[in-house]
Amino acid sequence: MQPEKILPITVYTPESQMRSPLKLVKAMVRDLKDSRELAWRLFVRDFSARYRQSALGIFWAFLPALLSGLVFIILQAKNVINLGKTDIPYPVFVIIGTTLWQIFSESVNAPLKAVQGGRAMLAKINFPREALIVAGLYEILFSVAIKSVVVLAVLIFFKIPLGLGLLLSVPAVLALVMFGLALGLFLTPIGMLYSDIGSGLGVLIQFWFFVTPVVYPAPRSFPYSLVATLNPVSPLLVGARDLMTKGFIADAAPFLIISGCSLVGLFLAWVIYRVAMPVIIERMSS
Amino acid sequence: MSDVLVSVDNVSKKFCRSLKKSLWYGVQDMAGEMLGSNSERDLRPDEFWAVKDVSFELKRGECLGLIGRNGAGKTTLLKMLNGLIKPDGGRIEMRGRIGGLIALGAGFNPILTGRENIYINASVLGLTKREVDEKIVDIIDFSEIEEFIDTPVQNYSSGMAVRLGFAVATALEPDVLLLDEVLAVGDAGFRAKCYSRMAALRRNSAVIFVSHSTAHLARLCNSALLLAGGEVSFYGGTTSAISKYNEQFALTTASVRSGIGSVRLSAIKFFDQNGLARDRLHYGSAVRMEIAVIADVFIPSLVVNITFRTNSQEVAECNNYVISAPVSVLPGRLVVINSEIREFCLNPNTYNVAVFLLDADMVTHYDWYENATQITMIGGRPATAPYQIPAAWSVSTDDAL
Repeated sequence: MQPEKILPITVYTPESQMRSPLKLVKAMVRDLKDSRELAWRLFVRDFSARYRQSALGIFWAFLPALLSGLVFIILQAKNVINLGKTDIPYPVFVIIGTTLWQIFSESVNAPLKAVQGGRAMLAKINFPREALIVAGLYEILFSVAIKSVVVLAVLIFFKIPLGLGLLLSVPAVLALVMFGLALGLFLTPIGMLYSDIGSGLGVLIQFWFFVTPVVYPAPRSFPYSLVATLNPVSPLLVGARDLMTKGFIADAAPFLIISGCSLVGLFLAWVIYRVAMPVIIERMSS
Repeated sequence: MSDVLVSVDNVSKKFCRSLKKSLWYGVQDMAGEMLGSNSERDLRPDEFWAVKDVSFELKRGECLGLIGRNGAGKTTLLKMLNGLIKPDGGRIEMRGRIGGLIALGAGFNPILTGRENIYINASVLGLTKREVDEKIVDIIDFSEIEEFIDTPVQNYSSGMAVRLGFAVATALEPDVLLLDEVLAVGDAGFRAKCYSRMAALRRNSAVIFVSHSTAHLARLCNSALLLAGGEVSFYGGTTSAISKYNEQFALTTASVRSGIGSVRLSAIKFFDQNGLARDRLHYGSAVRMEIAVIADVFIPSLVVNITFRTNSQEVAECNNYVISAPVSVLPGRLVVINSEIREFCLNPNTYNVAVFLLDADMVTHYDWYENATQITMIGGRPATAPYQIPAAWSVSTDDAL
C-alpha cells in the first residue's frame, strides 16, 4: 500500500465556469504554466516537421513580405502608381511595412490554425488547451526573429542610422502581435464551428492591407485620414516602423491606447476560448 | 478516508441529430457559458439524450467495464469523465491523476521519428521530460519496436503505432485510467502483454474500460455497466451484465436469407431429453435438433451446417460434412433431418442459430439462413469461453514426496 497522499480532486458539472470567476482565473494561470513545456514540444514538432519537408525552409518566413514589397517598389519607381512621398527611402518604408503586415496577418491566423491543427488531439486527449495557442505564439516569435534579420539588413543597406528606437520597436512589434492574436483568438471558437470565419479572415486581411498605411504614408486629408484614425492596426504598425527608422513615435497616444486594449482583449479572448472549448469539442468531428 | 476515486452522479449529456442545428446550438451554448446562465435542461428540437442519468462509483483497485451496442453512449460517457466535454446534467467527481486512452497515438506526427513522438505524446499526456527520460527504455521495450525507434512514424505499420501509443499512455501510471476499445487492435501476442500491463495498473488505479469483446471484459473487470440508448440498463456483476448484453444483441438481430433455393429450410427445432421442443436448454444436457427441409429436386448429398453465434461471432458449429455424412433428400415432400447431441456444452448465454444447406461440393449454396432461430443456454455457472468442456475432476496425493 502506498502512503496516503493528498490527491487533486477534479469535478465536472454543467454549471458555467463564469459563475466562479476566481476559480476560472486560477485554473487559467495554472494551465498556462502547465502548458509551457507541451507548447514548446508542439512548436518543435511542427517546426521540424515543416522544415523536413521543405526545400526553402526559413525563407518562407520573409519571402512573401519581400516579394510584395518588391512589387510596390517597382510600381512606385516606374511611376505606375503614385503612393505619395515618404520621409525615408521608399524601399525601406515598404519592406518594413509589408514585413510588419505579414507579422500581423500571421498573428491573426495563428490561433485558428493552431486549434484546427490540434483537432484530433482535442477530441481525444485532455491537455491544457492553452498549449496550442502558446505553440502558435512561439511560431510567430520565431518568424519575427528571422524577419528582424532581414529588416536589419535592409536598414544597414540603406544607411538608416541604427539607434535606441530599434530596441524600443521590439515591444511595439509585440503589441502588434498581441493585437493580432487577440483578434484571431476571439474568432477561433466560432471559426471552429463555421468554416466561414476561416475563409472570411483571408478576405478581411487582404482588404485590410489596402486600408492600412503599409505601402503608402498615412494620408492627412479627410476622409482618407480615417484610414489612420479609425483603423486600429495603423497606430501599431506605423508606430513600430517609426521607431525602427526614425527612433520615435510621431503620435504616441493612439499607439499606447491600442496596445492597452490589445492586452485586455487578449485576456478576454482567452477566457472565451477556454469556456467555449468543451462546446466546440462536442460538436466537431475529429 | 474512503478510497472512492470516481463518483458519477446522475450524469446526462444531450446531442443533436442535425449538424446545422448542432452548430447553431453550439453558438448559443457558448454565449450561455459566457453569460454564466445555466443552460436549460430541456431538449431543443432535434436533440436527444446521448447519456441519461448515469450513476456509479469506483474505488481504487476496481475495474468497471462499459458495454452496450454502438451508439449506446459509452464513448460519450468516457469523454465526459476525461473532461473533454461537459455534462448537461449531474456531477462527476474524480480524485487523482486521470489518464485516458480515448484513442491510441493521437498526436503522432508521421514525419517525426518514434523517439521524437514519444516525447511529444508523453508531454501531451502530462509527463515531464525528466519523467520520460526515466521511462523511455521501458516504453521502447514494451512496444517492441527498438529497431524502428529512429524511423519516421509514417513508415510504421498500424500495429507498431498502436504498440507505441499504448506503451506511452500506460507509462503515465494514473490513479484513474480510462480505456476506450484499446485492445481491438494489435496481434494476439501484444494483446496478452496489454492484459498483464492493465492487470498491473489495476492494482493501484481505478480502471474504466470500454469494449465490445465480452471475453476481455470478463477477464479484466469486476463490475460492469450496460448502457442502452444512453441509459443504464444494468449495473452489477460482469457476468450478468454480459449475458444481458448478449440477450439484447440477439433480440435485435434480423434474419438474413440467401441461396439458390432448390432446397429450403422449413423449420429447425431443439428438443430436450424429454422430447419437448424448447428454446431454453440446460447446459450439459442431451439435445436433439430437428431440421425440416423441402427440396424441389433430388439432392444426393446435402450438407447441413448449424452455426451458433453470439455477438456476431461464430462460437460453435455442428456440421455433417466434417464427419463425412451428407444426407440425400427426395423432392416434393417435407424431409426431417435429425441430429443428436449427447452433451450440449455451450456456455450459458443466448445464441443465434444459423442454418446453411449446401451441396457436398461446398460451392452450391441452397439455403443460407442467418439467424434462423435463437436458443438460450441455462444452468451451470457462466464462464468466459463459449465452449465449456465438461470434465470429471479429482484430486490424488503422492505420498512418495
